[in-house]
Amino acid sequence: MQKKETRWGLFFLSPWMIGFMLFYFLPMIASFGFSLLRYNPAVPEATVYIGFANWIRAIVTDSEVLLSFSRTIHFAAISLPIGLGFALFLALLLNSKRVIGKSLFRTLFYMPSMIPLVATVLIWNGVLNEHTGWINIFIERLTGIQATGLQGIRWLADPQLVYFAYTMFGLWGVGNAMIIFLASLQGVPTELYEAAEIDGANFLQQLFKITVPMITPVIFYQLVLGVIGSLQYFLAPFVLTGGSGFPGGRTRFYMVYFYKQSFAFLNMGYGATLAWLMFIVALIITIILFGTAKYWVHYAAGEEA
Amino acid sequence: MTSKKLPKRNPVPKKIRDRFSAILITGLTLAILAVFLLPMGYGIVTAIKSQAQFGFVGAPLWPASPATFEYEGETYDIYEVPINDRMDRLGLAVRGRQESQFIDPDNPEAGLITWEGSWRSLERAWEWDAQWDNFRRAWDTINFPRLLWNTLRYAGITTFGAVFSSALVAYGFARFRIPGKNILFMLMLSTVILPGAVTLIPTYFVFLQIGWVGTWLPLIVPAFFSWGTNVFLIRQFIMSIPKDLDEAAMMDGANPIRIFFSIILPQSVPALTAVALFHFFWAWNDFFGPLIYLAGNPEKFPITVGLTAFNNLYGAQTNLIQAASLLTAVIPVIIFFFAQRIFMQGVVITGVEK
Repeated sequence: MQKKETRWGLFFLSPWMIGFMLFYFLPMIASFGFSLLRYNPAVPEATVYIGFANWIRAIVTDSEVLLSFSRTIHFAAISLPIGLGFALFLALLLNSKRVIGKSLFRTLFYMPSMIPLVATVLIWNGVLNEHTGWINIFIERLTGIQATGLQGIRWLADPQLVYFAYTMFGLWGVGNAMIIFLASLQGVPTELYEAAEIDGANFLQQLFKITVPMITPVIFYQLVLGVIGSLQYFLAPFVLTGGSGFPGGRTRFYMVYFYKQSFAFLNMGYGATLAWLMFIVALIITIILFGTAKYWVHYAAGEEA
Repeated sequence: MTSKKLPKRNPVPKKIRDRFSAILITGLTLAILAVFLLPMGYGIVTAIKSQAQFGFVGAPLWPASPATFEYEGETYDIYEVPINDRMDRLGLAVRGRQESQFIDPDNPEAGLITWEGSWRSLERAWEWDAQWDNFRRAWDTINFPRLLWNTLRYAGITTFGAVFSSALVAYGFARFRIPGKNILFMLMLSTVILPGAVTLIPTYFVFLQIGWVGTWLPLIVPAFFSWGTNVFLIRQFIMSIPKDLDEAAMMDGANPIRIFFSIILPQSVPALTAVALFHFFWAWNDFFGPLIYLAGNPEKFPITVGLTAFNNLYGAQTNLIQAASLLTAVIPVIIFFFAQRIFMQGVVITGVEK
């Protein structure tokens, strides 16, 4: 009986297992092989085995690795809480019985998530422009503070502000998290709220005693994906600066640096090392997150992830 | 003491209180939405501006061109002139430092009107001038129909592959006792967090060896072998479905394939729809893969890569860039508008549970 179940289980897992071998496991091993080489695809005949020299360079001598990594963490520490908080806030708002025209709001808040990121970045690049962008013009007209021009708020050129500007692009991607939060909010059995209502629980008590605990699996899922996504943050700085790191190197995130090494300088051996290092860091962070899960994530079926 | 003696105030009727808070919360939501969509407004307005407007200092925010007025074969620029204690829109006829002469477009026969002051201190008058044609220009220049077809095909095929294969795998992970399942699951999660770059170079070389580079195959085929994030989401969902139904079906002798199709899939519709939507839009947004595998084959480009190439060529034409950016968003917006109903219905059905 157990044997039969195992065989069925493996049958269902087989698409993943085949894909895993072909597209993940074997290329990963091969990629580790690359990290031990000095390899430039433009001059493949000059390929040499250099042992762990790439690894030593990445961990010890190349200070840009640590710098770009700490920039990435710094940006994630700003953009993730704001992004997830905003998504949950919108989901709660749109789940409220009181809002009129919910379905229209939902569509409109989701809409920017559907715009290809390249286009999102181009639109925000315009609206945050210090001279002609509407954000600065409106701030100036509403508050009287000088916001436009070189003395104004230079969202994308000021090292103090650029992470907040990039966080704003990210808010346009709030739709996915919002929809998932919303779906999970609607999945919370209404009996729980009815019972709480009878017991006289107020809105905040219901929020923290029922709503949030019931949707922790989804919050957890979003958190894991968010952290991993942040580590690979690439497109916006690449489209806007071509990877130059403007302003002052602040947007040369880890993935941007990896891209430059691999595809601009064609140091693919070193690039493979950087990619492997990123994978190790991502894995450690995920293991830590999963370790904390049993203290705050509640699964209905009782089986832990 | 006195407070005890006060008669209880009549509470505001619940109905009115509810209506008041509904208006308040809806208003708050509306305000947030307005700020949230501000860049969209900027994009639309910028897309229909004429290229010339970007060069004008003091041009208004809305699409406009400087107003002019023609009379007896002469063209007069219209200015905002403070005259007779109000602003009048008058055509400038004679420029002067001390005084200038104007002509009233509404009443040109009345002759010249003299105004004391330098014409240079005056503001130009603007009139609404929306260049809707910019959308057509962007459409033609970027060869939109081809980009659209490429993107639709890519998104459609990979969405089917990703949802079906991911549902199979998710069912396997959620319901079967398999030795080492937790290790396998951790492995699968590590593919979610695996930076795509780690596998990129060796994969690229293999695809190059078998002649797939320059075709859609490297982008489509992997989607049929399930997708870690999708499996994760569907598995979470299946785990929340009570086991009673599939256990009952098992007792009746149904095999797992049948249970998968007749019990698990129908109950997972909200998760499947969510995954389908997310994957479709993911494919619509996909940039890095097509960029690498379709490099040098512009006739195969999807929208994102085509838009980037367009931006590199026409970056100075802000209006065309905004127009093209908005064009790329139209179809996903429409699809979501319809698919959203299916999605929400599914959520409601599972929410009731019976």
